Amino acid sequence: MKALRNLLDKMEPHFVKGGRYESWYALYEAVDTIFYTPPSVAKTTAFVRDGINLKRMMITVWLCTFPAMFFGMWNTGLQANQAIDAGFASMGGLRESFIVLFGAGNYDPTSVWDNIVHGATFFIPIYATAFIVGGFWEVLFAMRRGHEVNEGFFVTSILFALILPATIPLWQVGLGITFGVVIGKEIFGGTGKNFLNPALTGRAFLYFAYPAQISGDAIWVAADGFTGATALSVAYSEGVNVLAQSLSWWDAFVGVMPGSVGETSTLAIFIGGAVLLLTRIASWRIMAGVMLGMMATATLFNMIGSETNNMFAMQWYWHLVTGGFAFGMVFMATDPVSASMTDKGKLVFGALIGVMTVLIRVVNPAFPEGIMLAILFANLFAPLIDSLVVKANIKRRVLRNV
Amino acid sequence: MANDTTKTVLISPIFKNNPIALQVLGICSALAVTTSMQVAVVMTIAVMFVTAFSNFFVSLIRNHIPSSIRIIVQMTIIASLVIVVDQVLKAYAYEISRQLSVFVGLIITNCIVMGRAEAYAMKNGPVISFWDGIGNGFGYGVVLMLVGAVREIFGAGSFFGYQILSLTKDGGWYLANGLMLLPPSAFFIIGLLIWALRSWQPEQNEIPEFKITENTKSEGAM
Repeated sequence: MKALRNLLDKMEPHFVKGGRYESWYALYEAVDTIFYTPPSVAKTTAFVRDGINLKRMMITVWLCTFPAMFFGMWNTGLQANQAIDAGFASMGGLRESFIVLFGAGNYDPTSVWDNIVHGATFFIPIYATAFIVGGFWEVLFAMRRGHEVNEGFFVTSILFALILPATIPLWQVGLGITFGVVIGKEIFGGTGKNFLNPALTGRAFLYFAYPAQISGDAIWVAADGFTGATALSVAYSEGVNVLAQSLSWWDAFVGVMPGSVGETSTLAIFIGGAVLLLTRIASWRIMAGVMLGMMATATLFNMIGSETNNMFAMQWYWHLVTGGFAFGMVFMATDPVSASMTDKGKLVFGALIGVMTVLIRVVNPAFPEGIMLAILFANLFAPLIDSLVVKANIKRRVLRNV
Repeated sequence: MANDTTKTVLISPIFKNNPIALQVLGICSALAVTTSMQVAVVMTIAVMFVTAFSNFFVSLIRNHIPSSIRIIVQMTIIASLVIVVDQVLKAYAYEISRQLSVFVGLIITNCIVMGRAEAYAMKNGPVISFWDGIGNGFGYGVVLMLVGAVREIFGAGSFFGYQILSLTKDGGWYLANGLMLLPPSAFFIIGLLIWALRSWQPEQNEIPEFKITENTKSEGAM
């Protein structure tokens, strides 16, 4: 460790003002503060000392996605291997030699190792692309604007990779994260000033630009020519009772079903979510709001009922385990920058997401999944909600002192 | 204003004082009529024609318009010109006029036309006003055509209707970007254009509405 500190100290003069690589300071600073606590101390008044800073916070969120990520890799591999077992060809390409290299060439769906390796050959390239391209923009803007590289993009890139289907072309991953980071975040001034969740902005871009690669039935299972609907689209076209015959609720909760890489396992997401709640990094108010909003709206639709629309009959516990609801609730809605800031506002913000998700899922025939658009929609309302909460508080206190 | 030359009123609206990029007028039609180059060019010509002649006629009678009803008089002139343009398009370019649909008629409500008549033609002579109308119409058209070019090339792989990127659905390599054919993409492109323009000409930047005050220094306290 000492050697690393010495190396960093030796490099420092080249990066500070007047040094040879002055414009690369942001990058140096980022690496330095990953390993060591920053040496600078606050020089201004009114300062709260706290063991956690933005960097530690973001890295915790990043680690909390790991259960969902590893489960997602296994599940992606499992779905693909099952399809191959049933006679479909694998996606082929360079990926095959890696699979053979790691001894997973049997495509055996009962072997955990075969599944994880197969899934990893899909997920790791997606994540690497998102990380490198996203990191490039982050560092470029940090250098041009003279601020520090922010760890927000660690989180953005992994969240973005986890909400994509395994079969997405890598150039689309690069394009999506570019849009998310540049349009969703940097043009408004970078992390802390973005009013939209950058990962979801990137996904929404891909969703509208290239719908064939991110929606429909043919893309969720990584085997050539295989078409398999997600649980949500089965529920939409045939009803939740038909879905329950082929997929038990417990399987859906654990996440053994086709879907985007990281979204299928509600269980794995909740493990990460529990850590986020215990460390108080994510707001329980937002999560509770989303959950209650969803439950209330789903129950309302259950009671209304419909002859023609199967989704009206879907119970709240099915809404919870299908699609990206759990992932959106735990990781996306709780993004501290784009959510509401006030305590009451967080509940309202969460409830708006829950209500909108079910509304889009059930009533809107164009989009089978609603959580992405619901969160982006609520992001737009977050400042308004805060403003109303603050105004209501002022009004209440004025009345008290009449 | 009095010593404007023909050259400055023609050139300055293109980049220096662009009606869309700097004044942010006429955004609505810029979203609607920029899916392809062809309609963007026709729209440009139509708006140039209307702005130029409305400026000219308003300027001709500017000393006889009672100021209390000047907006109505200006609207009458603009509306007559728009009807002429609409009828000509219907007669000679029916296909394009159908693609433009209501947006030719909506030139009446285009703030650029009204704005130039009110702000420039009411105060200047007819000839210079005419050139001012041409310049502003063209400044509007430049943005329209840039946005149209980007949207048509990336959204449909073509330029003026000629296929330049072969699409995957016809066996080529280019996968068309569906977002480019939706109106919101024009917002993004206009936004990026304004960003580029203001990086190039920083004097176009607006003054920030507020500034966060710096934290108090605590040197004295410690």
